Amino acid sequence: MSEPTNLLYRYRWWFFTALALVLFTLWTAEFQEAQTTAVLAATLRQSTPLVLGALCGILGERSGVINIGIEGQMLLSAFAGFLAASSSGDLLVGVATGVAVGMLMGAFLAFLSVSMQGDQIIAGTVLNISAMGITSFFFQQGRTLPSGKTSPIELGPLSDLPVLGRVFFSNRPLTYLTLLLVPVLWYGLFRTTWGLRTRAVGEHPSAAETVGVSVAGMRYLNLILGGGLAGLAGAYLSLESVGSFERLMTNGRGFVALAVMIFGRWNPVGAWGAALLFGYANAVQTQFQFRGWLTDDPQFVGMIPFVVTIVVVAGFVGRARPPAAIGQPYSRE
Amino acid sequence: MDATTPTSVPATAPATVPALEAVGIGKRFGPVVANQGVDLRVERGEIHALLGENGAGKSTLVNILFGLYHADEGEVRVAGTPVQMDSPRDAIAHRIGMVHQHFQLVPVLTVAENIVLGDEPTHRRGLLDLDRAADEVVELATRYGLEVDPRATVEDLPVGMQQRVEILRALYRQADVLILDEPTAVLTPQETDQLLEVLRGLAADGVAIVFITHKLREVMALADRVTVMRGGRVVGTTAPSETDEAGLAEMMVGRSVVLRVAKTEARPTDAVLEVRDLHVHDSRGRPAVDGLSLEVRAGEILGIAGVEGNGQRELVEALTGLRHAHGGTVLLGGDDITNATPRTISERGVAHVPEDREKHGLVGPHSIADNLVLNRYFRSPYARRGIRHAAAVDEEARRLVADFDVRTASIASPARSLSGGNKQKVIAARELSQGARLLVAAQPTRGIDVGSIEFVHQQMVAQRDEGVAVLLVSAELDEILSLSDRIGVIFKGRLVAVADAGTLERTAIGRMMTGGADAD
Repeated sequence: MSEPTNLLYRYRWWFFTALALVLFTLWTAEFQEAQTTAVLAATLRQSTPLVLGALCGILGERSGVINIGIEGQMLLSAFAGFLAASSSGDLLVGVATGVAVGMLMGAFLAFLSVSMQGDQIIAGTVLNISAMGITSFFFQQGRTLPSGKTSPIELGPLSDLPVLGRVFFSNRPLTYLTLLLVPVLWYGLFRTTWGLRTRAVGEHPSAAETVGVSVAGMRYLNLILGGGLAGLAGAYLSLESVGSFERLMTNGRGFVALAVMIFGRWNPVGAWGAALLFGYANAVQTQFQFRGWLTDDPQFVGMIPFVVTIVVVAGFVGRARPPAAIGQPYSRE
Repeated sequence: MDATTPTSVPATAPATVPALEAVGIGKRFGPVVANQGVDLRVERGEIHALLGENGAGKSTLVNILFGLYHADEGEVRVAGTPVQMDSPRDAIAHRIGMVHQHFQLVPVLTVAENIVLGDEPTHRRGLLDLDRAADEVVELATRYGLEVDPRATVEDLPVGMQQRVEILRALYRQADVLILDEPTAVLTPQETDQLLEVLRGLAADGVAIVFITHKLREVMALADRVTVMRGGRVVGTTAPSETDEAGLAEMMVGRSVVLRVAKTEARPTDAVLEVRDLHVHDSRGRPAVDGLSLEVRAGEILGIAGVEGNGQRELVEALTGLRHAHGGTVLLGGDDITNATPRTISERGVAHVPEDREKHGLVGPHSIADNLVLNRYFRSPYARRGIRHAAAVDEEARRLVADFDVRTASIASPARSLSGGNKQKVIAARELSQGARLLVAAQPTRGIDVGSIEFVHQQMVAQRDEGVAVLLVSAELDEILSLSDRIGVIFKGRLVAVADAGTLERTAIGRMMTGGADAD
């Protein structure tokens, strides 16, 4: 376990980057408060499904199972959540359905990769392809949410703060929930018996087995929990962000979430920071196009998120070390 | 978990009830019979050696006792009561602890985390109390004389220290029976002595100890009783006081074995290998070989003794072209081969039996035949103009398999399917069959059975008698003493002494290996 000073040092580049971005933002906020607020709010919105997807990936890989089916889990959950909410008229039922579908898919992934000892990449691909097929086949044009999408909750006087109030304290419920889940999962992974066993199973399953920890049990548990998080991300997309279901609406976010997970070094807090960076780059790009700045060469503006990705990958991340046992089915004899 | 001493024997315990008993154990893996009708009886406070060659079924037996394998037939009794062992969880519940041959520790976790894993102290339900874990580890470590830093990360610890962590993990679970699977295979002589001391202490405390080994010396030095296995069956149980090393070796192998290598006086001639002021860095870029010079003549065996990690690996890798030398020269028969490519060095007549045979000696998934020509597959008759000739390869492979007594069903089997001893024979066959001038052998008998050790040793002496210069690097002092014509002691990357084999005492070498007084 790292000491705090050690943590500061290890993640110094993250802190520098974050500091630079904050200073830049404060500077722009001086004369462009409206735009700055919009960009930051968009950052948080864009990052939410990425954070949830990355957390799903972290739980899976920390316990030793690669989950490339996050995209599929998100998509089918977005679809099922929307269907449930639009037919019941209750958003909570929709969210619960989305989470449940995500968990079911997590259990199915566990069945394929843990019980059947199948190849984890293929198992994840199965999830992606079935989600695409199912949602496209049952897709119905013209369905709506009778209650509309989730509404923002203003957190009393906090929401009146300049900039911060609009960015952090006037969000919709699933965004708050995500902000809460990040520290909770960090604490869970590094300070509880569940976390210790999860990490042990992902690093050296036979060592965990010899001290009586059930490898299969931990992997099922984490894949199902992770599936719930991916389901939440799906519900966020259809019920909180867009307010309807569209074909292939996840648009690759499940895969970007894997990149976010690696950026964040398989750490929930790190993944949150990484997702914010992605979200920020996207928000800046959207804002530029929205304002009509630099429209002579729109390609360059469109490049911003990708340039950020490359710079971060090449310059700041360094060598990330994945859990040692990922990708390998475990059997005793 | 409280801190009482559950490991001590109640004075009233009847001595007749064994702590652990296996009755009629049978286990098959497909067509292979690993255990058949195996009986084992271990008393409290006893150190019971389980002796046998690789593949004799020792590991299978203890894996059954620890619940990792499920026995096809037979019964395991703990303190006289038959128990069902379906997983290590059951074994732990019956206070059986195991120290595995391949350590079962999570490298990135700390010592304390590894020890408490699965049975963690908590603040409240599920919330880890790592401070208490560390305290309990320190307390256990102090009680049993196994000092270790609870907050160190396991991957940073030396092998001997990792083994302590494994022992502590079993003791943390209040083991009454401690099973150790080949615990000394990876240890230096000093670490081995420390381990034996710890085990004696535990046994005196009432812990029943099952100690798997194929090293006769350790059995004689440590065990109260010894059960010998061969071919999946128990050959017999005896006590070291009732037999000797030769007797045990005969029980183990099934025939009489030559323990000392028969060899005549060496007749060395010209220098084949000359190393002058060699400097080599280790993988972290720190100096590992630090100004080392040596000379090996044709027709002699120079043995390099030393505690592992004193530059032996880097020296061997530099000599064979696997690692860059930062300074100095390596001459082979007068020609400079410093930093030449491994193939050039091999082509010039340097045979290499590497320390890690799985990693550097063989291509595991490839066939035995391909592995036997790994240093010449590209030459005629094995290949012409880049097209391989399987018939020529197979013919050579069949000849070598017969000459070197490699026990395998087929030369087409993957090399990784062989036992350790047969893997080593494949490497020896390949390296020694193309007219070497210099043989560099690193830990050539590590982890292989007595029969194979005998064979490898005879081969090395035979090569010497044919005029090959042999450089032997080994952590086994016995091996150095019995094979070498001259002995060099390496310490911190330098040879601190080189002398004729007869003139150095075992104890003096031991002192020099650890930088003792004679080092100057």
